[in-house]
Amino acid sequence: MKPLFNRGPSAAVRMVIAVAFAFALIIADLHYRQLDSLRSGLAVTVYPLHFLAALPARIAQNLETQVASKTRLHAENDRLHRENLMLRARLQRFASLESENERLRNLLGSAFKVGERVLIAELLQVDLDPYRQQVLVDKGALSGVFVGQPVLDANAVMGQVVRTNPLTSTVLLITDARHSLPVKVNRNGLRSIAIGSGLVDQLNLLHVPKKADVRVGDLLVTSGLGGTYPPGYPVARITEVRIEAGQRFATVIAEPTARLDRSHEVLLVWSLPKLMEGAMTNSESAEPAALRSTLEP
Amino acid sequence: MPDGAADYRPQWVALTVIFWITTLPNRIGVFWAFFAGLMLDVVTGSLLGRHALSFSVMGYLTVELEQRIALFRAWQQAVSIWLILTVERLLSLWVLSATNQPTPALSYWTATFVSMLLWPWFAIVLRGIVRRLDLT
Repeated sequence: MKPLFNRGPSAAVRMVIAVAFAFALIIADLHYRQLDSLRSGLAVTVYPLHFLAALPARIAQNLETQVASKTRLHAENDRLHRENLMLRARLQRFASLESENERLRNLLGSAFKVGERVLIAELLQVDLDPYRQQVLVDKGALSGVFVGQPVLDANAVMGQVVRTNPLTSTVLLITDARHSLPVKVNRNGLRSIAIGSGLVDQLNLLHVPKKADVRVGDLLVTSGLGGTYPPGYPVARITEVRIEAGQRFATVIAEPTARLDRSHEVLLVWSLPKLMEGAMTNSESAEPAALRSTLEP
Repeated sequence: MPDGAADYRPQWVALTVIFWITTLPNRIGVFWAFFAGLMLDVVTGSLLGRHALSFSVMGYLTVELEQRIALFRAWQQAVSIWLILTVERLLSLWVLSATNQPTPALSYWTATFVSMLLWPWFAIVLRGIVRRLDLT
């Protein structure tokens, strides 16, 4: 039975308190980034929830592999075999290229190294905020994941880690409207910035001059300028170049080559930013020496 | 769930909070709504406090209207629930735009209608559970 007189503060007072608290939270989270520990603490408590929410998809997937027909498995096996053969053949060429590249870089005195450590993480099939392009992966700070870490899939760049919890981390995809990524056109090295559009299959290029040499079908790769992403990874392919009379720049639209909406496993990449920094600081001191050594026979 | 259905997904958490406030008004109130919103923020990775803010106002409205809602007919209930949910979404949207985050398209509002249509059945199912467990 409801008591005739409520004890404690009235609903309006409670609401004012709660709203004030919420405002404090918003301001603290927005401007001071003070709440990451609170958030990750709470996130640990909701991890079972994420796990449960992802469970049906996971079970369905397991069932699918269980009941996959023998012929299909054979076909897949064949395909993978062929692919493996092809990749290995290509790898042989890369091995020689890599050693050549390293030799040339050694000549220049640059400390840049190509090798890198990766960790495979699985996407949790959980829908986060439907108006942001974010995904949740099942590796977190306990596995060494850090904020700003680049995330790739088998084809291309997917995004970067924006938040880590002990067991999970949130990845912001390159197509989110708040994400921008320094890229260059692979064919001629023209630099630009790819801004997410909020749609899963579209990126917009910023400030491309109207006379720039950009064509439909050009591959965009990361330029490595921001320091977050390693240079030279494929990002997107240009699908549309539009030149409008009223605009100061060309409108260039690209489609990500990563399968952002279908990828199931992602690669978390390590140690590239540090190597980049190392390369930059080292090259300042090493390059003049290298130049001199090449000038003096 | 397919991506295309994202816009039609009802606001389950909001509906649940409203249901509990209307069933157990003297135990569950504004602060519970606040915590539900906070947890939703953590789960969906949105700005901390965004849903907490909108949920506390929603909780307050529900607490105030609860006695009237109990007397309403089914369609009147659904309409008042729709109003409350719309206020919730409006505040949520306001926080988004006030913090310079990308704001969603117009289809953002379809969820409130879906939730409104679902409300009567949702309430019946949950009420059945409450009866069975004898929670009141």
